[in-house]
Amino acid sequence: MAILLAIAACGIAFGQENSDCFACHEDASLTTERRGKAVSLYIDQAIFSKSVHADLSCVTCHSDLEGKEMPHEVPVAPVQCGTCHTSEEDLHKESLHGKAVARGDALAPNCQSCHGSHAIVPVRSRESVVAPVKIPFVCGRCHQEGTRVQREREIPQSRILENYSESIHAEGLLKKGLVVSANCASCHTPHLILPHTDPRSSIARANIANTCTACHTQIEEVHRKIIKGELWEKQEHVLPACVDCHQPHKARKVFYDQGMADKDCLRCHERASIRASDDGRSLTVKADPLTHSMHQKVSCSQCHAGVNASRHRPCETIVQKVDCASCHAEVGQQFQRSMHGRLIANNDPNAPTCKECHGTHEVKGRTDPKSPIFAINIPVLCGKCHQEGKKAAVRYTGSEHEIISHYTESIHGKGLLKSGLTVTATCSDCHPAHNVLPMSDPASSVNPQNVPATCGKCHHGIQEQFVTSIHSTMVNKTDKELPVCNDCHTAHTIRRTDIEGFKLDIMTKCGRCHEKIANTYFDTYHGKVSQLGYTKTAKCYDCHGAHDILPISDPRSHLSHDNVVSTCQKCHPGANRRFAGYLTHATHHDPDKYPFLFWTFWGMTGLLIGTFVIGGVHTLLWLPRAMQLRRARQKKLQADNEEPKKQDE
Amino acid sequence: MNSPETERQVVRFTRLERVLHIIMIVSFISLALTGMTLKFSYTGWANVLSRILGGYESAGYIHRIAAVFMFGIFVTHLYNLLTKKRKEAGSLRALLLGPDTMLPTKNDLQEFIASMKWFLNLGPRPQYGRWTYWEKFDYFAVFWGVFVIGSTGLMLWFPEIFTLLMPGWFINVATIIHSDEALLAVGFIFTVHFFNTHLRPEKFPMDLVIFTGRVPLEEFKEERPKEYEELKNSGELENLMAEPYPDIVLRAVKVFAWTALSLGFLLVVMIIYAMVFAYR
Repeated sequence: MAILLAIAACGIAFGQENSDCFACHEDASLTTERRGKAVSLYIDQAIFSKSVHADLSCVTCHSDLEGKEMPHEVPVAPVQCGTCHTSEEDLHKESLHGKAVARGDALAPNCQSCHGSHAIVPVRSRESVVAPVKIPFVCGRCHQEGTRVQREREIPQSRILENYSESIHAEGLLKKGLVVSANCASCHTPHLILPHTDPRSSIARANIANTCTACHTQIEEVHRKIIKGELWEKQEHVLPACVDCHQPHKARKVFYDQGMADKDCLRCHERASIRASDDGRSLTVKADPLTHSMHQKVSCSQCHAGVNASRHRPCETIVQKVDCASCHAEVGQQFQRSMHGRLIANNDPNAPTCKECHGTHEVKGRTDPKSPIFAINIPVLCGKCHQEGKKAAVRYTGSEHEIISHYTESIHGKGLLKSGLTVTATCSDCHPAHNVLPMSDPASSVNPQNVPATCGKCHHGIQEQFVTSIHSTMVNKTDKELPVCNDCHTAHTIRRTDIEGFKLDIMTKCGRCHEKIANTYFDTYHGKVSQLGYTKTAKCYDCHGAHDILPISDPRSHLSHDNVVSTCQKCHPGANRRFAGYLTHATHHDPDKYPFLFWTFWGMTGLLIGTFVIGGVHTLLWLPRAMQLRRARQKKLQADNEEPKKQDE
Repeated sequence: MNSPETERQVVRFTRLERVLHIIMIVSFISLALTGMTLKFSYTGWANVLSRILGGYESAGYIHRIAAVFMFGIFVTHLYNLLTKKRKEAGSLRALLLGPDTMLPTKNDLQEFIASMKWFLNLGPRPQYGRWTYWEKFDYFAVFWGVFVIGSTGLMLWFPEIFTLLMPGWFINVATIIHSDEALLAVGFIFTVHFFNTHLRPEKFPMDLVIFTGRVPLEEFKEERPKEYEELKNSGELENLMAEPYPDIVLRAVKVFAWTALSLGFLLVVMIIYAMVFAYR
């Protein structure tokens, strides 16, 4: 009996043999529900026993179940392959894929996406799902036309799998079974996949030669057809990188007899007469603006991708428009999510592409005064569409109008255009150039939630005050709408706060929410003076503060018990504690709140009415008698005048 | 009819009294115009008027200077009363209880009742004396006004000092009393007082006695028969007779009087507009 108990106890304590797990998981009908879908939990013991992890117990990977009673609870924590495969995990974390996983991108691949789970066999095994021959299909699951990744994420290359399958590398790998022929991972590396714009990337322009020469070790010895073995060293920047001629994914077994250096393109495109065959537009490219542009070190074929150097006209294979995002990937991805990008995705003819703002061959940096995106030029640039009557303004349905002319008159516009202050906020400082979103979008820089941070980019000191004030969403948990910068300062007509207009306007601004308190303010001396159009009197912010408004109960408030006297003293140097008891928002219309004022007012009104009634009645009764007297006197005067006349006669 | 130049006139007001009244007109109208801009700041006319007066600060200075003059008039008048006491009446008792007293008397009540009867056609016109009851009312209204408006005005002028003695909300109360009592004063002076003393049909268009100080003997007989009889009997009348002012003086007086009258009426119209059409 005791022995039996001991065995049972052991069974509980060390009950996590794989067999215990399989007791349930070998049931082919075992399922669970994830995101509303039934997912099989069946694990084929035969397959697992052949896997590279066959010697490990289940809880080695499913470590969260260690010591737990069976059957365990769901959900089970994700398996951390990195516990053992540390270096691979580190690389993955750094990669495009890893970053996407970290952002919570549902399409991002993790270990299992490529390697599978319970059936993993050694990579070198032909059975492996990541064996060289299978790699293009593993990657192609996401990276081929029509997949969500290709449609919804910024992938600069198109038809990747299709092009690869026709390339010389795929011919070797897939048709000839040459496992040393380059597959996806050979160039992109298996785990540290980075965009070519990242200088660490295996396919970055500076690294691409190294990546190719990993296989094509002796290429420089034999590859002299175009480069003649000297310009590589002498003028590296004018020379194309491997991929400029041998298009990635499309590398063919051909001899290139045409060069693709810029001068080869300009041979035709410098001619003034060159025109497109379809619509007759000029295709002339002047070498000069290009050499003074930001892209002076970029060759034509880098932007006009898709050239085929084996053709007499290498450009005739170009099918795609220039895609700036192939280099400016991050910006491209932002732009795609922006209002402008969304319009383009909907084929809206009004939507601006990169070149509408940046130009084409003459593209200049934003610090170049000649650039259309130089600070001073931005209002004009945006105005091309957003000026009243122009194409963006006519389709706009919001409340902001005359944006450009208002901006020009605003403090920012004056700073920029009149004072030439290039650090002044222009359009793109508030509406980030590539991330323009409508106000209603929670991610928008001008969404009320984000406005303080947007303005705070420059007005940081104010933002610091504001976020601790009662108007900040960080402090005030009301369900009412709280004001942000533009509610008081407006968006495009921002004025200096020390001018009369702003000072007088603030009462109506505050009054939009604080209606009662603003009305009663106008019943007091301060309010009456300001109503006459004078600013040298206490306005809302003079007492309450502007950005650091706090409830009076807060000891930091300008109107707290400890601070109120010194606040009054700003204007009334002789103010004392009792002076501060003046009711600055008093009304004589509220008998409950201000009974003294109410009764004083009605007492005075009674006196007034009483006096006028008595005086008025007295006067009105008098009037007819007085008229009588007047008539009598006139008669007498007439009589007096007539008498002497008679005597004269 | 005798021409005004040759007509003999009875002197009713001394030079000092007339000067004080002129200063009071200027002071009162200044106070009213500047004060009402603030009271009715929500109207368009108040805004325009405030600009004309040079802004609220300048209006404020005008208001305070005019107030100082008003206090000055008040003090001068009291001082003048004391002088009178010494020179004419001899004692305070004689001054206050003599026949020409400004204090309300039993006779005033009788005259008031008689006046009511006369108004209602139930009796003859009373034989009014030196001061009628409505003149005494106006006279004490000024005392009351100077006290009420003046004291609250000082509180509003020097709130820092007054709040050393009283709570801050007293200033709010003072504001209401000051402004409503002022409204009463302005309204009363520019309507009832104007009618009673300057605009009565029998005097229409204007009684200049407060400026010239003299009234034609004929009118005096008619208006204040009792006083006339007394003066005639005591032989004082001859001492009070004077020549009328020359035309040029009368014309200047009329220009001034009409200006004051127009400003007063204008203000009444504006107040009525503000209270009826724009009240808040």
